Amino acid sequence: MNYDQARWTDDDERYEPLLSEKHTAPADLDDAPLPDELTRDSLELPDLSEPELARHYTRLSEMNYGVDSGPYPLGSCTMKYNPKFTEDVAAIEAGAVHPDRSPESVQGNLELLYDLQDYLGRIGGMDAVTLQPPAGAAGEFTGVLVAKAYHEHNGDERSEIIVPESAHGTNFASAALAGFDVVSLPGGDDGRVDLDALEAALSEDTALLMLTNPNTLGLFERDIEEISEMVHDAGGLLYYDGANLNALLGRARPGDMGFDIMHYNVHKTFATPHGGGGPGAGPVGVVDELAPFLPKPQVEKRDGTYDLFDPEHSIGKVHGSLGNWLVLVKAYAYIARLGDPGLSDASAKAVLNANYLATQIEYEVPYGPFHHEFVASAGDQDAADVAKRMLDYGVHPPTTKWPEIVGEALMTEPTEIENKTTLDQLADAFNAVANEDQDALAAAPERTAARRIDQTGAARNLRLSWQALDDE
Amino acid sequence: MSFETPDDRKYNESHEWALQDGDTVRVGISDFAQDELGDVVFVELPDVGEDVTQGEAFGVIESIKAVSDLYAPVTGEVTAVNEALFDAPEQVNEDPFGDGWMLEIGLSDEAALDELLAADEYADQVA
Repeated sequence: MNYDQARWTDDDERYEPLLSEKHTAPADLDDAPLPDELTRDSLELPDLSEPELARHYTRLSEMNYGVDSGPYPLGSCTMKYNPKFTEDVAAIEAGAVHPDRSPESVQGNLELLYDLQDYLGRIGGMDAVTLQPPAGAAGEFTGVLVAKAYHEHNGDERSEIIVPESAHGTNFASAALAGFDVVSLPGGDDGRVDLDALEAALSEDTALLMLTNPNTLGLFERDIEEISEMVHDAGGLLYYDGANLNALLGRARPGDMGFDIMHYNVHKTFATPHGGGGPGAGPVGVVDELAPFLPKPQVEKRDGTYDLFDPEHSIGKVHGSLGNWLVLVKAYAYIARLGDPGLSDASAKAVLNANYLATQIEYEVPYGPFHHEFVASAGDQDAADVAKRMLDYGVHPPTTKWPEIVGEALMTEPTEIENKTTLDQLADAFNAVANEDQDALAAAPERTAARRIDQTGAARNLRLSWQALDDE
Repeated sequence: MSFETPDDRKYNESHEWALQDGDTVRVGISDFAQDELGDVVFVELPDVGEDVTQGEAFGVIESIKAVSDLYAPVTGEVTAVNEALFDAPEQVNEDPFGDGWMLEIGLSDEAALDELLAADEYADQVA
C-alpha cells in the first residue's frame, strides 16, 4: 500500500480553518422570544450549513490517522478496531433513560449492567465489580482508594505502594493522588520482577503492589504466585493493571494468580472507542473481602429483580450514576458477541500476531518470546525519528522510547485484528525505515498532512481554546 | 558524550549546582540534567522569602519527556528567583550554568556546602 494523506489548507497554507473562522454570518437573535435583559447583541456561534459542517469534520478526519485507516500497533494500549455493530447497540433508544429513574422502571438497563459486572468478574476471576469509574486511570485510583479504605477499616495504617519502574505512569500517579508514598521497584535482568528487590521493598508499610501481567515488555511474570505470597505475607494487597489483559482472555485470570483488585480497560480489551478525553470506562473488580468498600451504588439481583444497593463501607461515588452507559453497552455487546470461545480466540491471535511480527522485523528484539506485545530497539536510530518515518509508509508507529529498560524502544502490539497481509505490511515498514539514513529520518514525515510537529513549541506556547488564537 | 561541569561550584547527586557568592548561593541544574530532560517547557519555582531545605524539593521542572522535582542544595531563605525562566524556559537548555539559573538562597550555614559533590566527583557520576 502506498500512502499520501489528504491535506486541506487555505491560501496561507493554514490547515482547514476552525469552525469559528468559517462562521459566515452571526446568529440572528432579533426574534428571540425573551426579555431584553436575557438576550445579547452578538453570539459568537458559527453559523454554518449542515454540508459545511459535515465537510469540516470529514476533512479533519482525512488529515488524521486512526485504526480505521490502517494498522495501529501502539504497545500497551491495545488499539483494537471498534466493531460498528456496537454503535448500533448503543444507539437503541430504549436504553437512553434518565439515570435517576426508579430501578423498577429500568430493569432492562440494570440487567445489562448486572450481566456486565458478572462477565467481567468471571473474565478476571473477581468476586465483585463496579462499573462506575469513567476511565482506566480512574479505575486505578478507585482501586487504590478501596485498598486504602480496607487497610484503614482494619486499623492498619500503611503508607506505601510499590510500583515496578517499567509500570504505566498512571500507576505512580494513582498511588500518589491517593496520598501514598510510591516505592519504585527496579526490574530484574530478565525483564521481570526481581524477587530480591521485591523482598527488600516490602515492609509493614506496604499497602499495595501494582503489577501488570504480562508486563510492559510483553513478558509473563512467571513468579506471580510467589510474588502474591510475599505481598500477602507482608500484609499488603496485590493490584492488577488491566492494560495487558488482552493477552490472557479466556486463558488465565488475575484472580487465580492471587490479585485482589484489578481494573479493566474496556477501550483496550473490549474494543470500545478510546476516550481521547471523552467518556470512557474503567470497571474495577475485587475479591469478596474488598467488596464492601466498592463505590456506590452497585447493581444486585434478588429473586429475579434488579435493584441498587450501597456497599456497607463504600468509598462513595467516583462518577455520576452508574458509569458511562454508552461505553459499557459497547463493551457488553462485544463480550456477548464473541462469547467465551471468541474472547479466548482473540487472545490467542493477539499473542500469535505479536510473536510473528517480532520475527519479521530487522530491529533487535532483546527479550522474548512474548505475549501480546514486544519491545524492539531502534539501536543507533532515534526511536522518535523511526516513528515519524513509519507514518510515510501508511502505518501508525508503535509506542516509542518506553519502557526505558530497552534503549530507543519500539513497543509494538499489533493485536488480533490484523491478518498476515497487514502484519507483513507493518514489517515492511519497519524494515524499510531500519535501512534508511539519518537524512531520510530527519526529514520525515513527508507524506502526511502535517509534517514534523514542533512538540517543544506546542508545550511552551499552550493555546487551550480557539479563543486564544485571537490573542495573536 | 561529555558534559560541562564547571569547577567554580558544587553539585547535588540529583544534578543541581550551587555557586557561592558571599552569603548567597545561586542554584541551577547541570548540563547533564538539561540534556537528559530534553527541551524544558516549564519551571515552577518558590517565591522570594520562602524557606528551602537542603535535600528537599523546592520546585518542579517539566520537559517534553519528563516532570522532575528540583532539590535544594542548601538550606536558607530564597532571596531571588530567575523569573525570566517563566517566559523563556529554554534558557535552562541553552545556558544551564549561566542564564538558566533558578534561585538565589541566603546561606544560613556555610558548612552545608561541604556536603555537596566537588566538580570532579560530580563529573565522575555523570561520565
